Amino acid sequence: MRFVINDTDIETDIDPRTSLLDLLREQIGLTGTKKGCNQGACGACTVLVDGERILSCLALAVQYEGRQVTTVEGLADQAGLHPLQKAFIEHDGFQCGYCTPGQLCSAIGMAAELQRGLPSHVTGDLSAMAIRATREELAERMSGNLCRCGAHNGIIDAIDEVFGERRGQQGYDAEMPEKVA
Amino acid sequence: MTPFSFARATDADDALRLASARGGRYLGGGTNLVDLMRETIERPTALIDVTGLSSTIGERDDGGLLIGAAVRNTAVAEHAAVRARYPALARAILSGASGQIRNMATVGGNILQRTRCAYFYDNAGSRCNKRNPGEGCDAIEGFNRMHAILGASPSCVATHPSDMCVALAAFDATAHLLGADGERRLPLTELHHLPNGRPDDETLLKPGELITAVELPAERWFARSTYRKVRDRASYAFALISVAAALKIDGDRISDVRLALGGVAHKPWRAHKAEAALRGAPATAEHFRDAARAELAGAVPLSHNGFKIELAERTIVAVLQELAGEIA
Ligand SMILES: Cc1cc2nc3c(=O)[nH]c(=O)nc-3n(C[C@H](O)[C@H](O)[C@H](O)COP(=O)(O)OP(=O)(O)OC[C@H]3O[C@@H](n4cnc5c(N)ncnc54)[C@H](O)[C@@H]3O)c2cc1C
Ligand code: SF4
Ligand code: FES
Ligand code: FES
Repeated sequence: MRFVINDTDIETDIDPRTSLLDLLREQIGLTGTKKGCNQGACGACTVLVDGERILSCLALAVQYEGRQVTTVEGLADQAGLHPLQKAFIEHDGFQCGYCTPGQLCSAIGMAAELQRGLPSHVTGDLSAMAIRATREELAERMSGNLCRCGAHNGIIDAIDEVFGERRGQQGYDAEMPEKVA
Repeated sequence: MTPFSFARATDADDALRLASARGGRYLGGGTNLVDLMRETIERPTALIDVTGLSSTIGERDDGGLLIGAAVRNTAVAEHAAVRARYPALARAILSGASGQIRNMATVGGNILQRTRCAYFYDNAGSRCNKRNPGEGCDAIEGFNRMHAILGASPSCVATHPSDMCVALAAFDATAHLLGADGERRLPLTELHHLPNGRPDDETLLKPGELITAVELPAERWFARSTYRKVRDRASYAFALISVAAALKIDGDRISDVRLALGGVAHKPWRAHKAEAALRGAPATAEHFRDAARAELAGAVPLSHNGFKIELAERTIVAVLQELAGEIA
């Protein structure tokens, strides 16, 4: 069976019972993606499939044959860390780091949803085609990713800096001029 | 997980063929079924992936909407016609689960998701009539804070956990089904059963029957609708109580209304008694309260969920006031 993981083609035989999470961690050795609850309740296992965030623990790998899967290992490039990874470091967006790979992948998927105008539970006007990336919107949209260390404020600060409505404003990211969304 | 074979259906007929040949179960996003299989509460021997079936949302000639069963929950809530004409449906979906789960979950799977009763999930340690018919129900004397206040039975007091279905019930949605005997349609309010003596028998679907789509009627006034969910935390939690409502007012009287409740029963609960009390009545808080009380007169509290009765009353009144205020 063929999978495309972080732009690499991978052929492997799998038992249909294998979750996408176990395929990544146990068979391919990409242990960046974490197993927290293994039942959809924590978000630690979040990966991107064709750019959309999903929970790899509730996904049977066979369902994602041939699709583009991106894990935390696929976020950095030749130039270095993804801007969001740098922002997490800068804003103390973690303590133990266990939830971080899921937070990063989730936030990147979330930013794409926000950009294309998907409303959320806290969006006032459903007919608005553009939605302001307020902190309230960011926090609601990230509610599927729990952090047992309680680093949520730092996490939202980091996401706010890279994807929030104040991004690029004078003074806001002046301290970290190298970071661009 | 017990072993199973996996096949991908190319269209609805193919799904039906595969299901009858293999005696299998349909697989949507897997967010409920995979979880239950891992707990060996569900043990299908074959899975037929139906996510490749209709995933379009189409306008009907009569002005209604037809939503394919494989449409992801996110796509329903994002659709411009749903947001403009059936806002309670978009809001209900957006108040459920998380962004990741909504990206995976399908309309068909959401309708047929099973209860979150903790004793149902506790395969090894608890008695549950839904899991093992006849063995008893540990929720009735147990921790039943999340459980039903309407339509429960001595066999089972579980609730149906879907938010989306509450809005579909309010809107008189119809499920399109395909089975060995051909196509048929069922009002969503009739699709799920109350528990009665057989809580394991949850729907009117026949073995192998497939949900192909959900149809929303063309009622323009449904644009004045909303969904409110009360839960233990601000996001990513199941409903204690939820209310979907649409309100039509002519002059100072209510000319039509749709009201459905979540978190209260084994199925999405259409509040027919409250609707009857509201039709023709003035749109005032007093009448909203009387109507809510008429609906909840038959509510029966369990040891830990008596608070739900007043919470339901207040939430109904608040939602109707919000909609009335919007119109005024
Ligand atoms: C942590 C967590 C929190 C959640 N919170 C909420 C919440 O707050 N509100 C809420 O509403 N939901 C919530 N959910 C539940 C979620 O909405 C459901 O799991 C999801 O909608 C199921 O859809 P699916 O496509 O993944 O279904 P699957 O798991 O694939 O299938 C579910 C059932 O439907 C059957 N099925 C699927 N498609 C068809 C079809 N076309 N025809 C016939 N049968 C079919 C399957 O055989 C199976 O029995 C939560 C889930 C999790 C894990
Ligand atoms: S309430 Fe229903 S699902 Fe829960 S333990 Fe009792 S029988 Fe099982
Ligand atoms: S490990 Fe997947 S949600 Fe917790
Ligand atoms: S950093 Fe420890 S769980 Fe989030």
